[in-house]
Order: sequence, then C-alpha cells, then structure tokens
Amino acid sequence: MTGVIASIIDGVLVGAVYGLAAMGLTLIWGVMNVINLTHGAMIMLGMFALYFLTSALGLPPYGAVPVTITAGFVFGVLVYWIAVHRVIGRAHLMSLLSTFAMNMVLIGISTALFSTSPYNVPVPLPGVTWREYTFTGTHIMAAMLALLLAGLLYLLLYRTRIGKAIRAVADNRDAAELNGIPTTQVLSFAFGLGVALACVSGTLIATLFPFTVLSGGAYELKSFVVTVLGGLGNPAGALIGGVALGLIEGVTASFMPLNWTPIIEFVLFVVALILFPRGIFAFARA
Amino acid sequence: MTIKKLVLIAAATLLTASPALAVDDTLTIGFTVSRTGKLNNDSTAQMRGFELWRDELNDQGGIKVGGKQYKVNFVSYDDESVNARVQQLYTRIINQDKAQFLFSPYSSGLVATAAIVSEQYGRIMLTTGAAEEKTYKLGNKNLFQVYSPADLYLAGAIEAVKELNPKSQVALVYKDDPFSKAVLQSARKQVSEAGLTTVLDEAYSPETTDFGPAINKIISAKADVLLGGGHYPDGATLARQLYDHKARLKWVTLLVAPDSPNFATLGEAAISISVPSQWEPQVSFKPDFGPTAAEFTQRFQAKYGIEPGYHAAGGYAAGLLLQRAIEQAGSPEQAKVAGVLNSMDVTTMFGRTKFSTNPKEHGLQMGHEMVIAQWQRKGGNVVKEVIWPKAAKSSDVVY
Repeated sequence: MTGVIASIIDGVLVGAVYGLAAMGLTLIWGVMNVINLTHGAMIMLGMFALYFLTSALGLPPYGAVPVTITAGFVFGVLVYWIAVHRVIGRAHLMSLLSTFAMNMVLIGISTALFSTSPYNVPVPLPGVTWREYTFTGTHIMAAMLALLLAGLLYLLLYRTRIGKAIRAVADNRDAAELNGIPTTQVLSFAFGLGVALACVSGTLIATLFPFTVLSGGAYELKSFVVTVLGGLGNPAGALIGGVALGLIEGVTASFMPLNWTPIIEFVLFVVALILFPRGIFAFARA
Repeated sequence: MTIKKLVLIAAATLLTASPALAVDDTLTIGFTVSRTGKLNNDSTAQMRGFELWRDELNDQGGIKVGGKQYKVNFVSYDDESVNARVQQLYTRIINQDKAQFLFSPYSSGLVATAAIVSEQYGRIMLTTGAAEEKTYKLGNKNLFQVYSPADLYLAGAIEAVKELNPKSQVALVYKDDPFSKAVLQSARKQVSEAGLTTVLDEAYSPETTDFGPAINKIISAKADVLLGGGHYPDGATLARQLYDHKARLKWVTLLVAPDSPNFATLGEAAISISVPSQWEPQVSFKPDFGPTAAEFTQRFQAKYGIEPGYHAAGGYAAGLLLQRAIEQAGSPEQAKVAGVLNSMDVTTMFGRTKFSTNPKEHGLQMGHEMVIAQWQRKGGNVVKEVIWPKAAKSSDVVY
C-alpha cells in the first residue's frame, strides 16, 4: 500500500509539470483557435536550452528557467509572424499544416545539430525519503515551479491590462478591435506566452529525465490528453488535468501491468471526448 | 559558344568518363541507417563500423578476387527508424541501385522487415544489431547473423548473480518490443533454472517517459536484482531514475543502453550498471585475419574521436566477414559467397563466427560469445570494464 501512496505522490509531482506543458497548448487554442503542432518541438527546445545554458554558460539549472521563458517568448512571437499570423481565422487545416511544417523544420534542424542521441543534465538536489521510497528533489522543485508559474500566468491573465486584452480577444476579436485593442499584437503576445510555457516545461522536464530531440513528441501527446481532460482553451483546467494524468499514471501502474498505462490514458481520452467534450474539469473555467 | 558545341562537349565528357564507372571493378553494398528517429544513436555507431571497414579496405586497393581488385561502394539511405521505410528502401537498393550485397539496418524489428525483401530477391544480407532469433527461424537462406542471438543476452548476468547470491530476488522489467521480449523470454527460463526467485515480471510501454511508478513497484517487490531495459533512450532514463529514487538494488543489468559511450554522461547514475555486450575494446581474441580489437579501437578513435561500442565493432566485423567470404569464394557470385559463409568458422577482432546451416535456423550465430561489462569509477573517471566471464574480465565485479 505504501508503494501505491508513493506512486500517487510521484504522479502528482510529475503531473504538475504535464499541466504546465499543456497550459501553453491550451492558451494558444483558447485565444486564437490554433492547435499548435510546434508544441512538442518547443518543449524539446526548452530541454536543450537547459543543457546548453548549464554546460556552456555554467548557469545553475534553475537559473535557466527565467532565461528559457524570455527566449521562448521571443522565439514564440517570431514563429507567430512566420507561421501563424496569416492562417488565423482561416480553416483549421491551414493552421494545423502550417504549425506541423514548422515542427518538422525545428525537429529536422535540431536532429542535424544534436542527432537523436540522449542528453542528460544532472541536477544535484536532495530528495525526501519516506520508508524505502525516495521522492526526488528535482521532482519536488519542478512541481513547485510549475505551480508558481501557473499562479503567475493566472495573475497575468486576470490582474493585468495585457491579460484583460488577451481574454477580450479570446472572447470576441472583432469587439476587442472595436474597443481599440491592437488584436494582432495581443495574438502574437499570447502565442509567445504559450511557447514560453512549453519551453519552460521542457526545461523542468529535462531536470528530471534524460532527453533527445524527439522527446517533445511524447509530452505533446500528453498535453493533448491533458487539454481534453481539462477542457480546450482552459489554462486552469489544464493544470488540474495534468495532475489528474499524473495520478492516473501512478495509480494504474500500481494495480495493472506497466504497459497498460498508455492504453488506460487513451481510453480515458476517448471517453472524455465523447462524454465531456468541453473537458472533465470544465468547471474550472473562469 | 553555341548550344550545339556545349552539347558536344558534354557528350564527349560522358563518353570519356564512362570507363571509370565500370561496375566490374566495384562491389556495391546497400543498407539503411537510422540517421533520424529513435534508433539513431546505435544505428549511427553501426554505420561508422561499416564505413571504417570500407575506407580501410579501399585504401588498400579493395577486395582481391582472382587477380582482380574490387573497390567497395556503399549505397545507403535514412530509414527514419521506421519499418515502412526499410521495406521501400531495401527494394530500391536492390532494384534501382543494383546492390550485390546487403548489410542490415539496426534493430531486430527493422531487420525482420529488411529480411523479407532480401530473401525475396535472394540477396545475401549480413545482419548486425539484430539479435532476435525469430527472423532466422523462418526458412531464410540468405541471412547471416553476426551477433549472438537474444537468448544469450542475460545468461551471463544470471550466472554471475547466482554466484554472488543464490538467494537473489530478481525483477524483470523490460521494454515491450520484439528484441527485449525475446531476450526476456529466455531470461525468465534461465532465472528459474538458476534457482533464483522472480519477484516482478513486467514489460513497459516503449513510450514510457517516467519510470517512477515502475521503480516503486520494484522497491515494493523487494527485488535486489534488476534485469531488463530495452534500447538507449528508455534504458538511460531508467538508470537515471533508479539512481535518483535510491532504488538500493545490488545488481542492475540493462540491455543495449549502457554499452554506448554516451552512457557515461549519466555520471554517478551510470556507476555499477552492467550490460550484456557483444564486444568490448578490452577483449583479446586472436584474429585469423583483420586487426586486433586494440588496433580496431585505436583506428576507430582516430577517425571518430570516440571509443567504439559493440554496435560499431559489429558493423566493422560484418564488413570483414563479407570480405573474407568473397575472397575465398573467388567470385562475387551470390551462391559461391553464400557457400563460403555457410562453412565459415573464423575468429576476428569481434570473436568467433560460425553460422548455423540447420535449415530450421539457417544463418543463426553459433560461435560468438558475449561478455558482461559494468560501469565503474576508476581514478575519478567513469569507465566501462569487462566483469564476466571471469576468464575475460578486466576488473572485479562491483556488487
């Protein structure tokens, strides 16, 4: 039984990071109705940012977090103008193809530069031991930072002028435009913010596990499951959805064979889509 | 200059250039490499082995056959670590690129697909990085396996564990893929025959990113030995998390991943992790032909700046064996070369090679033996040492 409790705690810790990753995806969908298929590549870039900031510049691992957020935001704004701006408001297939193409470009260039060999960033942080189980310091720190960043995002969206503008554009772009909100700039800001969240979640994941150029794909898939659980376009729901996914992974692995975990996850994904198309945690929508 | 003159010059250039392209003096060997995708790490190492062999051979003039020398030309494509690409590309390599001989892609899964194509066209294919036996038990006549088969992968580790502690409690946790499942199918039996207790026996999904729940299960089962893993990304993640979670295992053997020199980047997490290895630079086989292991290691390091693992050595050995077979056959004709390979019993820097001629398992490797290597800390460095069998060890076991 203690093993199950340990797995639940582990699940919640890693789930908070899944939630942070999904917040970037869901924010972009909520504001501009674009499913950002560069999401996995952005998570991967966040992972490599940690590697190069710590190994080349000698930054402490968590010192890389603000750098990744800033660089991710700038890069996100750039990608918005290159690949997203012209397809906003057009058929969904256009934005899907455009972001997918961008994703292929990023993965291709990264593979050429770094190959698909794994990279590892050792983070010496003492953990907490309970009986024979150890909760690693990196998991605890990643979960705490994920919660902190989610809180900061909430403050940005609900307590600042730019946040109000983002919500206005998400509700009704035409009405926001009529009220003098520069909607194009707001959209590029929101896209940059979504990418910054994806990048920083990648940085936090890279403190937990070794990673490759292809690692972002797995977390992109998890982000889709999380957003469906939490409700597309709902950042608060994404965080709860992330924790729920982490819990599901921890609990199912305790009672079932390990290779059943993805099956349970995706059955739940389909069930949520059919029964709760607005998300199981849609109540969390502000 | 008129267009007519340009066309005439181009035609003349082509005519004078054509003798240099004479195919009689060149042997084409085709294969795919996972330049992209999840198998990139090990596949690239294997390709480097092929390339080092080719470059050295061509520098010496090529393969000597009946007073003639054939230079070796490679035709290779990126299979993206995907089965469907292997099927398309091996067909192309044979039909369009006219490769006379084939090397395999990397991994049992991709080789199973490539073998269907090579067999369909009756082309000899030397397989490296393909340990699963099933492919060799389908009545194929043109496959020749360089590696020891999968059922031997964990035999040495089980033998060592039995000697260290006959009351060991073993957890078998492995990737849900054809190669790992084939290895563990035999290991399950070997653990039981050795009188050890299996306390956990589970496969994990190839997409697993977080091994926390798996490690908690290992701890709850009170295992002191872990045998399993799969390939590089999952094996490296599992090793890192075992260390982070302080799993307190006395013996950990993971498949494939710890053999790569990159594994040392895990630092402390790599220490005491062992790997069944097809080859290590420390082995001291006396080769019948070709370089010694030490010479190969030195040349590989000089060319690529990294110590070779067994994937690279396997690739190089595949080249040496094919070269030997063509030279002894006295002709690059498929049937004659296959005949020599069938009767071959030789030792190279990779160890002994002998292929099964039993029609039920034709081409299965019968002569090669594996070793167990373990990452240890020596003088402040993380190094890989051979610890098993005792006759071949370069260092004592860390248990």
